Amino acid sequence: MSENYTNNFLKEVEEKVEEGHWVKMCMQCGVCAGSCPFGPHWAHPPQEIFMMIRAGKREEVLTSDSMWMCTSCYNCVVRCPRKLPITHIMHGLANYAHRLGIAPKGQPTEHFATLFWNNLAETGRVNELKLSLGIYFRDGFSQGIKNAMAMQSVGLGMLKAKRLNPFELFAPHGVKDKSGFHAMLKKAREIEDRRKPIA
Amino acid sequence: MAKKTYSFYPGCSSQTKASSFNYLTSTKSMCNLLDIELKEVPDWNCCGASIGYAEGGELPRITLSARNIALSEQANPGMDMVATCAACWLSTRESKERMDHNTQMRNDANEALKEAGLVYQGTQNVRHMAEVLVEDFGFDELKKGVKNPLRDLKIAGYVGCQTNRPFGLAGESFENPVYLDNIIEAMGGEAVPYDQKVTCCGGALAFSEPEKSQEQIKNIIESAYDHGAEMIVTPCPLCQANVEIYQGEINKRYGTKFNIPVTYYSQLITVAYGGSAQDAGLDSQLIRASKLEEIAKK
Repeated sequence: MSENYTNNFLKEVEEKVEEGHWVKMCMQCGVCAGSCPFGPHWAHPPQEIFMMIRAGKREEVLTSDSMWMCTSCYNCVVRCPRKLPITHIMHGLANYAHRLGIAPKGQPTEHFATLFWNNLAETGRVNELKLSLGIYFRDGFSQGIKNAMAMQSVGLGMLKAKRLNPFELFAPHGVKDKSGFHAMLKKAREIEDRRKPIA
Repeated sequence: MAKKTYSFYPGCSSQTKASSFNYLTSTKSMCNLLDIELKEVPDWNCCGASIGYAEGGELPRITLSARNIALSEQANPGMDMVATCAACWLSTRESKERMDHNTQMRNDANEALKEAGLVYQGTQNVRHMAEVLVEDFGFDELKKGVKNPLRDLKIAGYVGCQTNRPFGLAGESFENPVYLDNIIEAMGGEAVPYDQKVTCCGGALAFSEPEKSQEQIKNIIESAYDHGAEMIVTPCPLCQANVEIYQGEINKRYGTKFNIPVTYYSQLITVAYGGSAQDAGLDSQLIRASKLEEIAKK
């Protein structure tokens, strides 16, 4: 009987989402919505997402592309009268949807963010050349060539300005202690999965 | 003033031939001229930036910074850890705050760090280079070393997001921070007032959402031009790259004729302190900062 009165999704967010315990503190003033640089592109601004969580709209929240619009500018965070760490809650929701595998299909920021993490996790440092190529070639080889051609003036400019290194493809920057670095990340992931298991 | 020494975390974009190589070049020159010694954190790794969250999650992301701080504490004890990149500074400082305020987070991070034979203690302050300039030197002190004032150079100080929010520099307002303008003025330049000083450039979403980000960037540049700026200066490598690199794309998309140089505060200071254009890394601009190059000592 009591389940009828318990909002399970709010509880789920509090337990599984980074900084999710703050969601109940939102007082629905809407300052975050008005402060967001990508505000016009959000289906649901943070204020609405918070209310939807409290209303138990699990599917609608987690499959939304809203939180993927966060540019991490922290404007909402510094203006929020209740001091909610909104940027991190948005990141946390995006991460949770990503872990559950229910983020919108082909979401470009999900793709880029995943590429970025895997890129840095490989050597310990970001390989900017591989990262750019990864973006251009996300939709296959021929589209990749087209994308790269469209951006070639930028690429050549960077090369000429000594701000892009073609050798990053073969001899990338990275940490020396790769085994320690990889073991550390593996352990951190294990602990995270233990603390916030995906059902 | 006596020599100052800091534990230096340059970050991925400030490596040889990476996208903000010119930031590293000019930072090194500026520090020489200001009698600052930078001791690089040995074997540092990426901070995860603000886009690492989707795949990285919370603890793995925080552990990245824990490793850097642990390495800094081990190699450079008693020093402040200083980053030049806005995202590096923010991620590291944020991670430190989480670990210092949450014992479980700290213990979990240390359990992971043990795999790399390291331990996080939380003994060092994590600071941005702009804080060093403003707090450890101050504008009057900075002004004293100017040999080659940036006369008649109208500059839009573009502070952007991550050196400004959520932490910012002590005593500054989030809506209208003035430290960058004060640095410009201390170097003899003219800081133009304009209304897009803290507008977001789109950050990492310039890659994944180019149209939306370029609209942001267009507004920033347009406002700088409209208020008479000849150059934009910033403390953030991603702001610099986004605002400089995409001007051609924006011109195609909007029919504008943008061609405004975007430099770092460290390049201004290097030139004003008598360094050459090369010392200031000005040969690595996509859009040449011709007026600053002319002022620079030949």
